[in-house]
Amino acid sequence: MKFADISNSCRVSNDWGPLVQSVPYARFLNLRIDIKGEEFTCILPFDRKLIGNPVLPALHGGATGGFMECAGMFYLLWQMDTQTLPKTIDFNIDYLRTGLPRDTYANVVMVKQGRRVANLRIEAWQSSPDKPIALGHCNFMLRA
Amino acid sequence: MAPTMSLEAFVEFWEKSEYVSPYNRELGLQPHSVRSDWCVLKVEYARNLVGDPNTRVLHGGVITALLDAAFGFSIFMKLSQERLMATLDLRIDYLKPATPDKTVLGGAVCYKMTADLAFVRGCAYHESADDPIATAVGIFMFTDGPTLISNEKLAR
Repeated sequence: MKFADISNSCRVSNDWGPLVQSVPYARFLNLRIDIKGEEFTCILPFDRKLIGNPVLPALHGGATGGFMECAGMFYLLWQMDTQTLPKTIDFNIDYLRTGLPRDTYANVVMVKQGRRVANLRIEAWQSSPDKPIALGHCNFMLRA
Repeated sequence: MAPTMSLEAFVEFWEKSEYVSPYNRELGLQPHSVRSDWCVLKVEYARNLVGDPNTRVLHGGVITALLDAAFGFSIFMKLSQERLMATLDLRIDYLKPATPDKTVLGGAVCYKMTADLAFVRGCAYHESADDPIATAVGIFMFTDGPTLISNEKLAR
């Protein structure tokens, strides 16, 4: 399966569902990608299975983290014509607020795009983009 | 420091906790082994958790959740009763891809605890922690609120 082909056809139709569907873990999270002009948003619809702590209740830190990592990967596929899936080198997450039982959004900023490595900042938020629930900082290897 | 819990007590606690933590249950995280200085959970390979369909390798998010949960349990091992906590930060380095079809273990140790914070480190691996898939460090913060399960209710 060539991800470049899938993302190219998604780019033409502006329907990014097939790209999400091609990655089992993203399908498991039921992720959606919303592109408006040059703005990329990845959405994690709330599901009870994502809860880590039902007393608060709060999203599992691993669910938020996995979602953000997916968002970074899809952002790179959207931005670039890469034949292979970018590989995560490292991932740094600051959890700033409790993830509430509601939909979560992620926006991605390319801090630096090198030849081999892309450095991304990923912000996950719920009520408002200026109140992030988590900040991610990560390096992706663009080609093996 | 609290005495080391038996694996049976840990499994008992895990089953209650699994009941209350839907995401851990959804991923199929299970206790593997327990020592005061190395608390291990495992996740079986599953096709719906694959990150790259070309290589069939599990997604990094699964490793994140495994280590996040193992961190929580390594802290619990050092507490005399359960306290609610939240992940403050987490850093994961991916050293090599997980091998498809193989169970992944996530081991963790809490190496420092203060009144407010717990510092943890750990790694994900197949056979040996000396040959890790990913290494991780994290900081957890204790949060106020009702406790779910008291440690005293469990046989030690």
